[in-house]
Amino acid sequence: MRLTQGTFSFLPDLTDQQIASQIEYCIKNGWSIGIEHTDDPHPRNSFWEMWDLPMFELRDPAAILVEINACRKALPNHYIKVNANNPTRGRETVALSFIVNRPKREPGFRLDRQEVSGRAIQYTIHSYAADKPEGERYDGERAESGNGRG
Amino acid sequence: MRKTLTSNERYRAGVIPYAKMGYWEPDYIPKDTDVLALFRVTPQEGVDPIEAAAAVAGESSTATWTVVWTDRLTACEVYRAKAYRVDEVPNSPGQYFAYIAYDMDLFEEGSIANMTASIIGNVFGFKAIKALRLEDMRIPVAYLKTFQGPATGIVVERERLDKFGRPLLGATIKPKLGLSGKNYGRVVYEALRGGLDFTKDDENINSQPFMRWRERFLFGMEAVNRASAATGEVKGHYFNVTAGTMEDMYERAEFAKELGSIIVMIDLVVGYTAIQSMAKWARRNDMILHLHRAGNSTYARQKNHGMNFRVICKWMRMAGVDHLHAGTVVGKLEGDPLMVRGFYDTLREPRTPARLENGLFFEQDWASLRMVMPVASGGIHAGQMHQLIHYLGEDVILQFGGGTIGHPAGIQAGATANRVAVEAIIQARNEGRDYLKEGPEILERAAKWCSPLRGALETWKDVTFNYESTDTADFVPVATPTY
Amino acid sequence: MECLSEAPAAQDEVVDIAVALRESNIQNVLGELDGELIGLLPVKLRIRQIASLLLVERLREQMGLCADAPTLHMCFTGRPGTGKTTVALRMAKILHRLGYVRRGHLVVATRDDLVGQYVGHTAPKTKEILQKATGGVLFIDEAYYLYRAENERDYGQEAIEILLQFMENRRDDLVVILAGYKERMDTFFQSNPGLHSRIAHHIVFPDYSLGELLEIAELMTRQQMYTFDEDSKAAFREYLQLRIGQPHFANARSVRNAIDRIKLRQAVRLVEQGGRIVKQELARIDARDIRQSRVFQGGPDGAAEPSPAKALRVSG
Repeated sequence: MRLTQGTFSFLPDLTDQQIASQIEYCIKNGWSIGIEHTDDPHPRNSFWEMWDLPMFELRDPAAILVEINACRKALPNHYIKVNANNPTRGRETVALSFIVNRPKREPGFRLDRQEVSGRAIQYTIHSYAADKPEGERYDGERAESGNGRG
Repeated sequence: MRKTLTSNERYRAGVIPYAKMGYWEPDYIPKDTDVLALFRVTPQEGVDPIEAAAAVAGESSTATWTVVWTDRLTACEVYRAKAYRVDEVPNSPGQYFAYIAYDMDLFEEGSIANMTASIIGNVFGFKAIKALRLEDMRIPVAYLKTFQGPATGIVVERERLDKFGRPLLGATIKPKLGLSGKNYGRVVYEALRGGLDFTKDDENINSQPFMRWRERFLFGMEAVNRASAATGEVKGHYFNVTAGTMEDMYERAEFAKELGSIIVMIDLVVGYTAIQSMAKWARRNDMILHLHRAGNSTYARQKNHGMNFRVICKWMRMAGVDHLHAGTVVGKLEGDPLMVRGFYDTLREPRTPARLENGLFFEQDWASLRMVMPVASGGIHAGQMHQLIHYLGEDVILQFGGGTIGHPAGIQAGATANRVAVEAIIQARNEGRDYLKEGPEILERAAKWCSPLRGALETWKDVTFNYESTDTADFVPVATPTY
Repeated sequence: MECLSEAPAAQDEVVDIAVALRESNIQNVLGELDGELIGLLPVKLRIRQIASLLLVERLREQMGLCADAPTLHMCFTGRPGTGKTTVALRMAKILHRLGYVRRGHLVVATRDDLVGQYVGHTAPKTKEILQKATGGVLFIDEAYYLYRAENERDYGQEAIEILLQFMENRRDDLVVILAGYKERMDTFFQSNPGLHSRIAHHIVFPDYSLGELLEIAELMTRQQMYTFDEDSKAAFREYLQLRIGQPHFANARSVRNAIDRIKLRQAVRLVEQGGRIVKQELARIDARDIRQSRVFQGGPDGAAEPSPAKALRVSG
């Protein structure tokens, strides 16, 4: 399966050049940029691990691409995303968020159903990855999606 | 001639022109705490425009057709609405803009029903006026603060969905009527699985012989959860909880919540009081509240009579809905681009300056009331994506009912086509390209590797809806607003 | 920067230097440098030389005559107030116009921005500054403070290590300019040969001459809409001669400070004098405004002497 979270998941994986363009857009808008990673991509997992701290007052995407590639090298089989935050009044939230690295195989999710009263069902989405403990969730093979290009 | 009469003469029994009763005050400077309304007045032949404006002010506040002594038991100058300015409408002989100020004490706190009963409850049938339209209102910050405002709002909605940086996508389930619960759920599943964020009940789907509401909810949630597990995304279906009584509405909304839905919907025809109740319920129960503007075109469409949709936008933001259908510009339903921009700004901006070319007659500060997500729905398809984003921006829900379900390769393909189109255009926009001009080329390029998009473009490439708008700006734009 | 042209141009292929110069637009920046900064002739000459070198490197690279990418890191030495930061800003522009840095912005940092106070504090601080400067120029003032040999718990060494790595591995992303007093920089480089070897250009910023300092004073006063008369001009010249000899003289910065104090004394004099005056009196600097300085008595220059009560009492 292919996890389609993030703004550009239905497009082919972005090249480094395309990532830099998007980051350029964020810098131009004055947004801070952070990198996050996870091995548990459940849709309600709002808090992936932070890779270092968000970067403020940046002028050049190269600084972030270096971090992205460092993260890819350290965690090739994790999902990695770039988040841009808009701090202006009335907004104060994420403005753009897109995935820049995926594990080689994405087993996806199982839907668990629990019958309750009447015909109603209580649903839970269960991530196959989370069957294994943290750190062992994806195959040890190096991910090749996205980070080989550009 | 029009000077307000002094007390002796003012309260003598009989009939006096409204303009002399205190409803016309040309020197009045509106207070920050006044509610202001702008009416488009078409007086009957022979009726003086100022008298007509004063009559509107009077009949929407304290006046009656003859002098009453009981007025003097009150601080009547406070309760009289004051018409303070009358302008001719450009290029429209016989029509006048009347500006009227109302003291805040005329209105019950936190009640749209009361505000509307006060302002439009009485005056529209008045014989001396041939036609009357409520064009715009300025709601003072002090009064706004008595309202809850949108239950969820754009920022929180996006955080709950974990979806940022692009318009959200939806589709109304078609055909409008007749599907059984299971078949209905099938369409929901296919559309969400293919790539849409939301699917939607139509406004008239409530609980009918062909499908009762409980079936729809049960099968719908099965579909939503299946699609969510298949994609790893948060998905939703707007379950329409409109019903004959408020109690039924609560019952349906509670069931939707119990089943785990993130969103419910209601129709405008349930009435302002029901809408406010549902907004309060939605806030308490962490639900997004979608409002379909069913019926508004009966009174919003004609330029000379009724109520402009932007007033509905204001009232609905105050009442507390999170989604409101507000026009598409390029689709099958009525919507001049400048006017639609005015509606969208009213829903989405923290404050809107007066901008006559967009039909915004007053500066409006929204006092940090949350922002409503506008919904664009009706006759739009993937091939128009660049225009949609250009006119409507990023914080909008684009709904492609026919444009998803009518795709030759199936519903999933239709959904995928729309999702790929929106992501491709947003990517190009962020890269700094002139996506409006290059839109067709960008979509073509994406269609090369995305056959669903190829199918969509082929099927609908010649579809446009070009008719003259019935409701257009009175004022010439200084520059065309875009994103 | 590798050789970008796949096939080198033929030996007799023509390149128009004048056109290249014009297109790069660096003449503008060099012109600004000339106009904005008084004196500094050896510096300006050096900058022109470096600019020519970089331009020719670019042309060579376009023609397929490649060598290794040029090292661009620099060291500016001189006393405070001699224009080092201003020139660094102009240099960033030139590097940008010639395509050696992507953005051309300047980040100014001192030791405190780069070094932490406890274990683990330094690396993130240095990294953050380097990230901000990526695509532009990093100017480290009084760079020798990074290294405190006598204090073995000092974390400056870590900052230097990180900086060295960056200067070596990320040459496309950043140019570093170190700055400070000449003698201290020399000592610093002796203890840090790694850094020294990465510096391509050393530029010395000499002290301004008396004449140049006077010109700077005239420029500053004119910009602020004050004027010297003959007497005050002579008085200022004497003041400068004395002040130069005193400790902590910071060239242009000291001139600026002196002018601020002169303005203060002028204001006090006018208020004490009271009465009605013509407009140009508000702009004119009188010799008395200068001679009140304690520099003339051999002491440090300070605020005006008259007591506050006297200064504020308006006559008439």
